[in-house]
Amino acid sequence: MIKTSIGERFFDIFNNLIMVMLIILTLYPMLYILFSSLSEGNKLIAHNGILLWPQGFSLEGYKAVLNNPIILNGFKNTFFILIVGLTLNMTLTSLGAYVLSRDNVLLKKPIMFFIVFTMFFQGGLVPFFLIVKSYGLLDSLWSLILPTAVSTFNLIIMRTYFLAIPKELEESAFLDGAGHFTILFRIFIPLSMPVVAVLILYYGVGHWNSWFNAMIFLRDQELFPIQLVVRNIILENDNANMIGTTTLLQSRDVAETLKYAAIIVTTAPILCLYPFLQKYFVKGVMVGALKG
Amino acid sequence: MLKTKLGNDLLRNKWLYIMILPVIIYYIMFHYVPMYGAIIAFKQYIPAKGILGSDWVGFKHFEDFFSSIYFFRVIKNTISLSFFNLLFGFPAPILLALLLNELKSPLFRRITQTITYMPHFITLVVVAGIIRYFTLSDGLINDVIALFGGTRTSFLQQPESFRPIYIISEIWQQIGWGTIIYLAAISGIDQQQYEAAKIDGANKLQQIRHITLPGILPTVMIMLILSLGNIMNVGFEKIILLYSASIYETADVISTFVYRKGILEFNYGYSAAVGLFNSVINFGILLLANYFSKRTSKNSLW
Repeated sequence: MIKTSIGERFFDIFNNLIMVMLIILTLYPMLYILFSSLSEGNKLIAHNGILLWPQGFSLEGYKAVLNNPIILNGFKNTFFILIVGLTLNMTLTSLGAYVLSRDNVLLKKPIMFFIVFTMFFQGGLVPFFLIVKSYGLLDSLWSLILPTAVSTFNLIIMRTYFLAIPKELEESAFLDGAGHFTILFRIFIPLSMPVVAVLILYYGVGHWNSWFNAMIFLRDQELFPIQLVVRNIILENDNANMIGTTTLLQSRDVAETLKYAAIIVTTAPILCLYPFLQKYFVKGVMVGALKG
Repeated sequence: MLKTKLGNDLLRNKWLYIMILPVIIYYIMFHYVPMYGAIIAFKQYIPAKGILGSDWVGFKHFEDFFSSIYFFRVIKNTISLSFFNLLFGFPAPILLALLLNELKSPLFRRITQTITYMPHFITLVVVAGIIRYFTLSDGLINDVIALFGGTRTSFLQQPESFRPIYIISEIWQQIGWGTIIYLAAISGIDQQQYEAAKIDGANKLQQIRHITLPGILPTVMIMLILSLGNIMNVGFEKIILLYSASIYETADVISTFVYRKGILEFNYGYSAAVGLFNSVINFGILLLANYFSKRTSKNSLW
């Protein structure tokens, strides 16, 4: 017989209320941006205070985003970085994780130390910048791909996963004459799909979100990834010249909703995908933490 | 003896070494060469002469930094921002995890989790944009203040409001995601302990204090060491997106100072010195935190 005391019932109500408040506080800023992006520019500028629905209804902001060559170009660059970057990320990470999870490799410990040490000590921003520059990567999309080719954290996650794969599989494959490359790509990777998914997500989100390296390494606007374009739209208020041939008054209205529409267009893909991928992300945190 | 052992190993595992070679090359090119490049902190770096060819100047850049008016300001800003962020930001997910764990309805619990995890996936550029729009003098927060008869202020131009803005937005973005690890730790606690406590008449608060909290303490310690190790690494991308000259007084931290001096003003040697100073202090703090934790609770990173 479980008795719930008055105190406990009071606690439950209080707890649920806190959660509802937290949900509102979390969602409202996002909804505000969504409502603004769907509003009519002139009404939005005139509006004061909390928005509970769009002011009028217009898709002008989205039209402006999808017709904007700089934004479209930004998406193109980001997709290039995603495809080439992820291929390189996953190849190097699985090679490293495989070797570092083998037994009887004499230099395994020193190599592991050599890699993990970089998590705790770095040369600093300026030497990093000068070295990347000296490799001739400035004003090239490779400056956003090569310097982030391996994440030590992700390498450790994958290694931990590989360590749990039974040794017998590897041994019997050896007896059948398979080499290390075959074992890695034909046996280990197919057996490790959950962790492969997690790492593709981690690396992918990293590429999608990154803007700082692009800001310091790229001068040519044609090469800007989407986040850097969005940053410029939000921070520098130079959207007047981005919209091009519209009358001054109209462009001010469109510029107001364009900012919000650009935010939605770049954020929505991840937020829409994320609930379906949540369990993979959570798994990634757990695998990483076990090692941590 | 050792040589033949190594030779045999290299021969036997040659394919493994070939496989890991690209990874090692990556770490050398993009981590160790820059680490070596940090020697420009002791040089008068001239691009035409390169890193190796530039002249040594010893500790000149360090002395310049220590004696400049910025030294005290950036150190103070870095430490206060980190400290207050840790003070408010570190316990927040622990508290939320405890509350989530007490929710009776599994469905409501899942909904709350899914929603509070969301901001973690919003890019910093967008978060900074939202903060900017909300804190404008005609933005949402000011509209609400004006509604209650207050006066409008442009918050991002006020040095004293930068820290609260930074920390509140940080909690907004990370509180949900931060609970994952603590919820996992809580789910690992033996349920029989709670049964036993209930029989002994312990109420909810007593159960949390005497079972849940001790149960997640090792996890809390590890997370605390990691956060302490990062105390000199405040999220400088967010600051760069938010700050302006009018609030350098509170918003300029070591890493933003390095960025401005080095990348924007081409003071390479000087800013490399400031960066190196930061890295060394950071590494020292991490070692110290780890040592301390090992001594007191046997939880450590290595």
